[in-house]
Amino acid sequence: MALDAQGAGPDTPVFDYAPAPESRAVARLQSSYGLFIGGTFVESIDGSTFKTVSPSSEEVLAEVTAAGPLDVAGAVAAARAAFEGPWGAMPGRERAKYLYRIARLIQERSRELAVVETLDNGKPIRESRDVDVPLAAAHFFYHAGWADKLDYAGFGPSPRALGVAGQVIPWNFPLLMAAWKLAPALATGNTCVLKPAETTPLSALVLAEILQQAELPDGVVNILTGDGTTGAALVAHDGVDKVAFTGSTDVGRRIAESVAGTRKHLSLELGGKAANIVFADAALDQAVEGIVNGIFFNQGHVCCAGSRLLVEESVAATVVAMLKRRLGTLRLGDPMDKNTDIGAINSAEQLGRIVELADAGEDEGAERWSPPCTLPEKGWWFPPTVFTDVSPAHRIAREEIFGPVLSVLTFRTPDEAVEKANNTTYGLSAGVWTEKGSRILAMASRLRAGVVWANTFNRFDPASPFGGFKESGFGREGGRQGLGAYLDV
Amino acid sequence: MQTVGDLGVRVAPLDDVVASAYRGAAPGDVSSLISSQDRLARFLAGLPGVDQVGCEQRAAALATRSIKTTAKLTAIELAISMIDLTTLEGADTHGKVRTLCAKARRPEPTDDAVPPVAAVCVYPDLVATAREALAGSGVAVASVATAFPSGRASLTVKLADVRDAVSAGADEVDMVIDRGAFLQGDVGRVVEEIVAVKEACAGAHLKVILETGELATYDNVRRAAWLAMLGGADFVKTSTGKVTPASTVPVALVLLEAVRDFSSVTGRSVGVKVAGGIRTSKDAIRYLVAVNETVGPEWLVASRFRLGASSLLNDLLRQRRKQLTGQYAGSDDVSVE
Amino acid sequence: MSEPRLEVKKTSKLFIGGAFPRSESGRSYVVSSAAGEFLCNAAWASRKDVRDAVVAARGAQPRWSAATAYNRGQVLYRVAELLEARRAQFVHEVRAAEGATARSAAAQVDAAIDRWVWYAGWSDKLAQVAGSSNPVAGPYFNFSVPEPTGVIGIVAPTDSALLGLVSVVAPVLAAGNTLVVLADERRPIPAVSLTEVLATSDVPAGVLNLLTGPADELVPVLAGHRDVDGLDLAGAEPALAATAEATGATNIKRISRLVPQGHDWRRDPGTSRLLRFVETKTVWHPIGS
Repeated sequence: MALDAQGAGPDTPVFDYAPAPESRAVARLQSSYGLFIGGTFVESIDGSTFKTVSPSSEEVLAEVTAAGPLDVAGAVAAARAAFEGPWGAMPGRERAKYLYRIARLIQERSRELAVVETLDNGKPIRESRDVDVPLAAAHFFYHAGWADKLDYAGFGPSPRALGVAGQVIPWNFPLLMAAWKLAPALATGNTCVLKPAETTPLSALVLAEILQQAELPDGVVNILTGDGTTGAALVAHDGVDKVAFTGSTDVGRRIAESVAGTRKHLSLELGGKAANIVFADAALDQAVEGIVNGIFFNQGHVCCAGSRLLVEESVAATVVAMLKRRLGTLRLGDPMDKNTDIGAINSAEQLGRIVELADAGEDEGAERWSPPCTLPEKGWWFPPTVFTDVSPAHRIAREEIFGPVLSVLTFRTPDEAVEKANNTTYGLSAGVWTEKGSRILAMASRLRAGVVWANTFNRFDPASPFGGFKESGFGREGGRQGLGAYLDV
Repeated sequence: MQTVGDLGVRVAPLDDVVASAYRGAAPGDVSSLISSQDRLARFLAGLPGVDQVGCEQRAAALATRSIKTTAKLTAIELAISMIDLTTLEGADTHGKVRTLCAKARRPEPTDDAVPPVAAVCVYPDLVATAREALAGSGVAVASVATAFPSGRASLTVKLADVRDAVSAGADEVDMVIDRGAFLQGDVGRVVEEIVAVKEACAGAHLKVILETGELATYDNVRRAAWLAMLGGADFVKTSTGKVTPASTVPVALVLLEAVRDFSSVTGRSVGVKVAGGIRTSKDAIRYLVAVNETVGPEWLVASRFRLGASSLLNDLLRQRRKQLTGQYAGSDDVSVE
Repeated sequence: MSEPRLEVKKTSKLFIGGAFPRSESGRSYVVSSAAGEFLCNAAWASRKDVRDAVVAARGAQPRWSAATAYNRGQVLYRVAELLEARRAQFVHEVRAAEGATARSAAAQVDAAIDRWVWYAGWSDKLAQVAGSSNPVAGPYFNFSVPEPTGVIGIVAPTDSALLGLVSVVAPVLAAGNTLVVLADERRPIPAVSLTEVLATSDVPAGVLNLLTGPADELVPVLAGHRDVDGLDLAGAEPALAATAEATGATNIKRISRLVPQGHDWRRDPGTSRLLRFVETKTVWHPIGS
């Protein structure tokens, strides 16, 4: 019979996906970049330069400027002049049109932005193309519409802008975080000085060009590249009315200390150690997808990553087995390849931290597992890793790893799940998987986290407020609530 | 190159642990399970649910796989070898079937590298014609039966239909399940019919068409797939092609998960056939990606995966030429049957 | 002619977990009227009293935050009823504390009672006004609700012993938080009387805890306590407030900064204090069949 003749045999063709690299020509990188102050790219007054490299190849992509204190002062002065000048006086409906323009320009240059982001950050092109860039545009679109409707935002009549916002953003979603910061600040009538992360300055510099193309008035947005000292100088500058920071809880703490006793408003979006809770009655195949998306999206460089899997004991073995099988299909490698699922770790420093914590997990007695996978020779890489037999006291169950490392713990009852999920100093996000509706609502109300994803994970939308409870920070980004972070309310 | 992973850690055997999710489906237990309507209904209701949004998202993510160059050529040739080249029209004639069979044997007469398709699929009264036209080719003859496509006939009539097809030389029988019975909860009756048809097949391979478009939910698709496999199906098949929606990638995902889990639990490998609305190479390749990443490359063979289609073959041939020559093929570059 | 009668003086105590302890320290300090007359010896709360008060507030948190908003509103409204019943006492105490005229003191007490009523009514409106259903671009039902931050330390205003106190305390209670309140050091008596009202109301023990004593000693302890989630520095001196805010950074405390002296507490407060100690929780769920 024909069927028997066609069974799997040594001659069966193997369906290997051929390399499908995105072209990098579209990136149009310059060899060096200045600072974006007062609407133009300028030379630094007292800064220095540093090189930004591609985490997947260690290749130098460009030389960028580390802004010094005088540069910071210049940028803040430019922002102040714009606030007291054209921007502050502009009606909301006109501000709105600038935001719409920016949104459109991001869409028009989306391919370029995606390539630049992937080169500089190391994340898979699939993610920068399908997540980062479209969401960044969406944030400008959403907030554009608010600019002339602030009277209806629920903060009372005629809410006032704060003034000059100093905004410091992380390297995990460089363009998207810039959009999360700039869009609400501009919609509410503030002017901005934005400091992108040291290791990922390039997409913000492309964004600066976009702001020029949008003819945004000079000084409304200023972009200062640099390291932590630039960020500290910005946060500490007297001319700043509002500080917005996304990054680690440690740095957030220092920023909160530094603005104490000043007039500066503050919002912080900090670390997390989210529990992703899977009940026995969950839709297991989708739960496994949610677990994978929760911790391996963006190499786990996600503050709201579902880094602690809490699985009901009766299905723990099944879920772990399904998870391991699924991880076998993840493709790690060249971030520019359209089929890559796991890209490079953003920096040697971050890789060091992941290695240290993963080693600690092993030392403390948890069982470590990774799917067979080949790591490229150049660049910084870490394989998807799952720890089972994790105790709540282990460092890998308590500290934010910010890498592709999942800790699996078990529970027996909903109460135990809530107790373990909440047993962290963080409170950014949580996941719940069950087909029982009433349990979802009960869990959602008992979890101390700013975002609860039920039967899904790592979904973002400009209309949906995002931000933490507890030491994950305060203030919201997105939604009507997010406007409050940039208004005097 | 640094290779990491699987650091010698003992993982519990997959079969055991997955079986624990499907309690009551221990291999030796199948006959007693399907002989009790109550137990069977409870078992099916106890299968994990399928979240519609999550399932469709996974399918959409798989659709972003970029299959280029050599991988595309491999995929195209693989897809050709998995086609059940189908004609199921009231206007079918012996001549039409013979033409189709010629195409099935040598889809690309000028290039021997192109494999024959897996099977030709016709109505029972045309099986003998197809049998004759395909003699010695290795291409199987598949016949729809059991009052295809609605299945609205007595079991006696359905079985007669099957026997007719098998005696005319069908290697494979594509039956339809009684969707009405399934939707009204009469799962015992559905499985009894499958068992009876399987017996009537007398060794011919049985593909069980679920008509997923009429089952409406993915939960139902998963349950119906298990029901079919418990009844002895060699393949579970999405659609008759006569109902919209026919096959979709999310539906295929649910079926692939079902055969994967069934194989883990029982050790028996069941194939999946997607049918209806699959017209382009791009569509076909999306299914192959779903197979590859859901149940694994072991299912990327014609004995475990089939594409029921008619116009798809020509698109695959055109795309293959494009891959080889770099130029897009014209519509008259391939034969029209 | 009636016999002269010796007045029975009230001992001023702390209010912790629904009980009225003296300070654990055994110390007290003299509280004088605006005119300089001796009013009472107030309890001098210690670091350990702060600790006990935080434990009580944390213990009361689950029940108070889980109570239905409707129930919280009713319980708070009942407090206003009791305040009204003691109106004369509060007028007397505010007069003595602030040296106000009878009319001004009465106006302040009336405003304080009315404000309490106002916030009581907010309890079951807050989620409707501050919450939202969010139209995300995808097949998800997405909604945001405000939830109480948790245990909040409040440094009461020092320029308005009752109206100022009510203005900072009531909104934070209405939102479902539990409190450790540090009374105005120099004029604690209206605050102490408020706790006596709370003790006879339906407000569960531990929901509001009151300490009297020196701010420069107690505020740093509150600010450094890792089980305090938020800190309202309304009545703190600038230097003390700045230090407390910096200390509060250790556990990312939500900070409400000091209110400059001379603030007109009679002004319409809007919703800003209601929203100050709430956390927005956003829940996503797929929509499918």
